[in-house]
Amino acid sequence: MKRRAALVVLSCAASSMAHADFQWNFPTPVTPIARDTLAIHNEFMLIITALFVAVFAIMIYSMVRHRKSVGHEPAKFSGPTGAVQWFWALVPFAILLFIDFVLMGIPAFHAVIEMEDTKTKADMVVKVTGLQWKWQYEYPDDGIRFMSNLTTPPEQIAGATAKGENYLLEVDNPLVLPVGKKVRVLLTATDVIHTWWVPQFGVKRDAIPGFIRETWVKIEEPGTYRGQCAELCGKGHGFMPVVVQALPEAEYVAWRDAKKMELAQAAAGADRAWSKDELMERGKDVYARQCAVCHQPEGQGLPPAFPPLAGSRIVNGPLLTMDGKPLPDGHVDRVLNGKDGTAMQAFRNTLDDVELAAVITFERNSFGNKQGDMIQPAQIKALREEAK
Amino acid sequence: MNTATTTANGHAPHGEHHPAGLLRWLTTTNHKDIGTMYLTFALVMFFVGGAMILAVRAELFQPGMQLMQPEFFNQLIGVHALVMIFAALMPAATGFANWQIPLMIGAPDMALPRLNNWGFWLLPPAALLLTMPFVLALFGIGDGAIATGWTFYAPLSVQGGIGVDFAIFAVHILGISSILGSINIIVTIFNMRAPGMTMMKLPLFCWGWLITAFLLIATIPVLAGAVTMLLTDRHFGTHFFTAAGGGDPILFQHLFWFFGHPEVYILLLPVWGLMPHVLATFSRKPVYGYKAQVYGFVAIGILSVVVWAHHFFTAGLPVPALLYFMYSTMSISLPLAVLFFCWIATMWRGAMSFETPMLFATGFIVLFGIAGLTGLVLADVAADAQYHHSYFVVAHFHYALFAGGIMGVMTGVYYWLPKWTGRMYSETLGKWHFWLTVLSFNLTFMPQFFLGLAGMPRRIPDYALQFAEFNAISTVGAFILGISQLLFAWNIVQCVCGRGAPAESRAWEGAEGLEWELSSPPPHHSWEIQPRVK
Ligand code: HEC
Ligand code: HEM
Ligand SMILES: [Cu+2]
Ligand SMILES: [Cu+2]
Repeated sequence: MKRRAALVVLSCAASSMAHADFQWNFPTPVTPIARDTLAIHNEFMLIITALFVAVFAIMIYSMVRHRKSVGHEPAKFSGPTGAVQWFWALVPFAILLFIDFVLMGIPAFHAVIEMEDTKTKADMVVKVTGLQWKWQYEYPDDGIRFMSNLTTPPEQIAGATAKGENYLLEVDNPLVLPVGKKVRVLLTATDVIHTWWVPQFGVKRDAIPGFIRETWVKIEEPGTYRGQCAELCGKGHGFMPVVVQALPEAEYVAWRDAKKMELAQAAAGADRAWSKDELMERGKDVYARQCAVCHQPEGQGLPPAFPPLAGSRIVNGPLLTMDGKPLPDGHVDRVLNGKDGTAMQAFRNTLDDVELAAVITFERNSFGNKQGDMIQPAQIKALREEAK
Repeated sequence: MNTATTTANGHAPHGEHHPAGLLRWLTTTNHKDIGTMYLTFALVMFFVGGAMILAVRAELFQPGMQLMQPEFFNQLIGVHALVMIFAALMPAATGFANWQIPLMIGAPDMALPRLNNWGFWLLPPAALLLTMPFVLALFGIGDGAIATGWTFYAPLSVQGGIGVDFAIFAVHILGISSILGSINIIVTIFNMRAPGMTMMKLPLFCWGWLITAFLLIATIPVLAGAVTMLLTDRHFGTHFFTAAGGGDPILFQHLFWFFGHPEVYILLLPVWGLMPHVLATFSRKPVYGYKAQVYGFVAIGILSVVVWAHHFFTAGLPVPALLYFMYSTMSISLPLAVLFFCWIATMWRGAMSFETPMLFATGFIVLFGIAGLTGLVLADVAADAQYHHSYFVVAHFHYALFAGGIMGVMTGVYYWLPKWTGRMYSETLGKWHFWLTVLSFNLTFMPQFFLGLAGMPRRIPDYALQFAEFNAISTVGAFILGISQLLFAWNIVQCVCGRGAPAESRAWEGAEGLEWELSSPPPHHSWEIQPRVK
């Protein structure tokens, strides 16, 4: 029995070694910063390897030669004596000083200055917002805004189906950027700190709730680049990848215009009356993407951290007050404004009117909740305008 | 020199009226009893923290979620770290201090014995608080232990469950314990040295601990303040760390790392202090560069409180701050190099023999060298953007804390065990333990450097397929590493149970220092008559 288990482990190990793709260094850089960083990293690795070899060669030489078992008689010195010894004792420190502040210090200085130079000659700006556990991308100049969610199916994570090539590094809507333009990236978050990281860009920067941080990228090669959130941000931290698609200028412009059209159509939807079936269908989709991570697909929640929506007092409470305002701590209020100090964030900032109306309607009429009522996108729009 | 007080088994039946059994351990004020309790506690918690992380490594053996939920994974990594740092490494160092400082400076006991007793007995409740939420969750109370990693970063910790509150109180208690211990050590060293032992004759181990004690007193209150602010943010409506209320999440990181960076040196200074003793003993040669090492300790102590922000270079600090923290961090390499230089110069042209303590000491120097050199690279802000929060950092700090900290402690245990128990441990087992530890340690953590370079973030319960191979290797290494530590425990238990050859007063041929003048084990009141130091 035990032997069988050992054999299985061994053969697994052996087979994975056989077609292993070990990667020993940074992935191929595609921005000036990443190229710089790789060059600096390689130089530093050489320096520290040389130091390591030199120092420990001396130590190992001593360990071999100065042993009791080979009859070596111990010396008596306990410090440098005389000018010559002092000289040799100080030389290593002079070398280290030179390595620290010249050999490493100077290139490091220039790299920092370049990396932090986000403002000069930026061609465009994108805003990145981290949310538990997805990213939102925004193009302020074009009025484009969308969410980017993990698309790896849960069955793959649970091991029920084979894992795809880009397991855990795939999203529905990647950030799309033009090649060859300096893009200033502004970062923030709505709930906790997240960190936006694409290794091939050599860029990693925290997204901090309530503050804006910035960095920049200038991608040199078209392609799809993948990274991950790098700051522990809760249970979904391992499941919020960053995917960037870099397109040649012309294709980027085409993508941008198409995206604008698509969003304009969606916004127009807010002004018309929606049927309940339409809202339910849309709401189901929004719920699955935005809410199910915490409240679970069947609305059963994960108490005590994430309350169930099935049978929830708030969801089954009145929709609005008599004069059409959101009831404080009622359903609409909770979804629009979130709750401070908990993982429930204000979805007012991240969902559009249709999505909000749809998901609220959906929750009130699913998981065994039978309110039978609905709220129109136009009502949400009016509430939002009032709040301004 | 000292007579009459010593009996064969080192206990003191001569009219001492201390209670027996459990009550003896609860009420003891004897530095050796308390040292033993600290060390035992540390050993037990080392296995507790190790078991937690083996569960984590098992989960990370393959891509996919197999054994646990991500929430539980996050709890395990954070509690593993808190246990290893606060309940294993720090108590082990305090255990050393209790046992050794009076012996080494020629004092009968520590200066403040009752404080000493409290200092220890605060630890078990703190450890209980830290781990209790796991148990409560089984009964449906709360959602488990702290899940923010050991760093408590707000606002994640503001959002977290009761595990965070438990951890905050645990940290408070652990902090009080550390401060009590530190005060005791400082007072003892300043006031109870044998006549003739000037500060510049103080054994280096005591010097290392003296600096540690000052660092603890300087930084623990800052940590206590930070977590208290967190507590009021969580429950009393303050907004220290919430932007919407005028606070700033990065303020928490400044406060935490003002403690957190010196903490690394708090963990390592006692080890750096004991290294020269071991190296000199087994090289049969005087310590090289005593004064240089003392000044090195002091310099590191001072530098350690002015470099904290290198732990969050990616948080968007202004350029002048980035440059300052980069260069100040790099400059720590200079006093560290002094220590390395002195260690190797102590070995140079000695007459070395490689008993287990010496093996661990040389292993420590090489592996801690890797930690120091990778640390130098991490200081570079631009490259750090790639390393930060990746497995490269995980590998780096395990070279520092496991190879530098735990292996240093093992060096000390093997070195002093004959003195403490009066028995020689088994050299064969000790050598097996050393080689298994060194090989499996590298098998565990070397691959993590490459994982980090390839882009694997830390603290993730599941990972992309390109990281599979190195993770599998690392897990295999971790299990060998974990299991090998049973040899260590077994070897200690054997000595404590009185098996093994009796140890002489001077257990090692080349050992110098007051502690080797006393019998092994030493008499109940270590130095009843203070020795004179020339
Ligand atoms: C990151 C986790 C998370 C996500 C995602 C999330 N919620 Fe919540 N939600 C919470 C938490 C935590 C609470 C409990 C807040 C409290 O303590 O009152 C909550 C409470 C609620 C409540 C009140 C339930 C009750 O009985 O207290 C509603 C309604 C709700 N959420 C709707 C939504 C909707 C709609 C979405 C998707 C658009 C969503 N939530 C997404 C975490 C989340
Ligand atoms: C058996 C030996 C050990 C193994 C196999 C081990 C392994 C690990 C692993 C896998 C992680 C999680 C990394 C992640 O997911 O980010 C971790 C975290 C950590 N470990 Fe260890 N470790 C060991 C011993 C130690 C010791 C002795 C210390 C310190 C004294 C220590 C301190 C830490 C710290 C500070 C963290 C960071 C936790 C966090 O992210 O908040 N470890 N360790
Ligand atoms: Cu995140
Ligand atoms: Cu994250």
